[in-house]
Amino acid sequence: MKAVIRIEELKKQYRIGDQEIQALRGVNLQIDEGDFAAIMGPSGSGKSTMMNVLGCLDKPTSGEFYLDDEPISEADDDELAAIRNRKIGFVFQNFNLLPRTSAVENVELPLLYAGISAKERRERAVRALESVGLGNRLYNKPNELSGGQQQRVSIARALVNNPLILLADEPTGALDTKTSVEIMQIFQQLNEAGKTIILVTHEPDIAQYAKRLIRFRDGQIVSNELVSQRRWANPEEVGR
Amino acid sequence: MNFRESLRVSFRSIQTNKLRSFLTMLGIIIGVSAVIAMVSIGEGASANVASQINGLGSNLLIVTPGQARQGQISLGAGSLNTLTLADAEAIGKNDSIAGVAPSLTSRAQLVWRNQNYSTSLEGTTDAFPQVRNTEVQQGRFFSHVEVTAQSNVAVVGTEVVANLFGDSRFNPVGQTIQLNKIPFQIIGVLKSQGSSGMTNNDDKVLIPITTAMNRVTGSKNVGSIYVSAASADVLPQAQFDVQNTLRAQHNLRPQAADDFQIRSQSEILSTAQGVTSVMTTLLSGIAAISLVVGGIGIMNIMLVSVTERTREIGIRKAIGATRWDILRQFLIESVTLSLLGGGMGILIGAGAAFLIGKATGMAISISLPPIIYAFLSSMAVGVLFGVYPARKAAQLKPIDALRYE
Repeated sequence: MKAVIRIEELKKQYRIGDQEIQALRGVNLQIDEGDFAAIMGPSGSGKSTMMNVLGCLDKPTSGEFYLDDEPISEADDDELAAIRNRKIGFVFQNFNLLPRTSAVENVELPLLYAGISAKERRERAVRALESVGLGNRLYNKPNELSGGQQQRVSIARALVNNPLILLADEPTGALDTKTSVEIMQIFQQLNEAGKTIILVTHEPDIAQYAKRLIRFRDGQIVSNELVSQRRWANPEEVGR
Repeated sequence: MNFRESLRVSFRSIQTNKLRSFLTMLGIIIGVSAVIAMVSIGEGASANVASQINGLGSNLLIVTPGQARQGQISLGAGSLNTLTLADAEAIGKNDSIAGVAPSLTSRAQLVWRNQNYSTSLEGTTDAFPQVRNTEVQQGRFFSHVEVTAQSNVAVVGTEVVANLFGDSRFNPVGQTIQLNKIPFQIIGVLKSQGSSGMTNNDDKVLIPITTAMNRVTGSKNVGSIYVSAASADVLPQAQFDVQNTLRAQHNLRPQAADDFQIRSQSEILSTAQGVTSVMTTLLSGIAAISLVVGGIGIMNIMLVSVTERTREIGIRKAIGATRWDILRQFLIESVTLSLLGGGMGILIGAGAAFLIGKATGMAISISLPPIIYAFLSSMAVGVLFGVYPARKAAQLKPIDALRYE
């Protein structure tokens, strides 16, 4: 199995005022292609910092980070932007869709920055929205969509550039239980189709849908093991 | 992201905040429209003045009395009465001179039956039509004999006909009018010349200068002498001859200053154009100030926009927008604002100039160069005042921008 992410002795420290904060204190991690990892940990454990580094939104202070065998630690801002565009798909807790912009245009956005022609953009965006079951909501704006629909738009946006990994930061944090399960079902289907997914969550229930569970505490990984009793998402069962 | 997409995003953002965008543009709209309107009116006026000056006559020299001086203080042009009919005659004897028309101006009260009209009076000679480049449209001009004989004959302008006889189509030739209570016979009507600035060239009555001096005003001197050179080539020679003749006539010693002034038509023209260029400079100053003020307004609103859209910037960056993508998006937005403002300003300014021209009858000249300058400077303002907010947006860190509430 090919390693998509390799991290060696990764450290990240912040300075807030005159206080030095050690957010990550030497993390070693490997994530293989086709994996579905859930990262859990109490707040302040470094999981959010980890997510930012994995998403190439933030650079580590020291240590090595290889994404698809490419060293990320030395890349500059614009190179990072290009990597985010081509290799990473983001799904956020609060969806982060552009307001006053239709679903299909939101999904087109990564393709826009990838320099893809208008015609191909539209075709691919429509296909991505259809794949998350929103083929009939193409021209609705975010404020005309429910939370679950908005999150599905953002999943379509994350997928449209066919990225190497999907990073989901508390994707169900703003959704009710049934909708959460629907979203997790989409993630499981995508993973079954071969997509590598990394999920940050603080809900143990949600983590149960992943293949692997990584626990953080005080800026370090304290456990990294396969989920013992993996659940399969079935929205029909919820609320019964 | 290509240029067209950036443009579309900018237009959408401007559309979303219609009122705000309009208020932002208002500074530039007002500045540009004021300048375009004033330049159009100014250029129209100066073109009008130039054509009037050219219409004065060809190869014209105008001799006016010199300025009296007390020490170093000038008492003003025409403060000496030094020119006489004899001077005019002597000037006419030079070969380089084609015609000489001395002139004496005054006011006159005209009465015809029970009609009463006040107009300007000019005493001149039979050389007037040739020297001053005019014709009579009805009747004839007075002859050399009538000038010598101090005849009571008059040639009137069309404005006088309209006002004194109540109808501009009335043929007044042969009518007798009272001019300052002296009876004059009308022998001709001057062809209409229109007005130049505040002076109406058709609102005057011409009589022989001898009659004007001896019977009407009692003046011993003439006000000015209009001289036409034989051709454009001999104009410098003519000016030289006029100067020499007058110095001899006035018995001036070699070291004494001239007690008269000779101005050529081209000098008058360049004086008028000098006034125009001062006005243009002033207008440019006003334009620059208003564009800077408008630019500050744009910068202000762009800074607000960047703050408001911090999250959007974060999303775009997370998804793969480079710094240049963000910089360009905001720069295009500010340039779009300033260009829209400039464009509207041009339209409003040209429209206002056109309406003012219609309403007042002033000549209006809406020409391309000021429009192009206005357009280019509004664009420059958009870039200049848009760079700082756009840079600020481009340099936001994606994690900070995404976390911004």
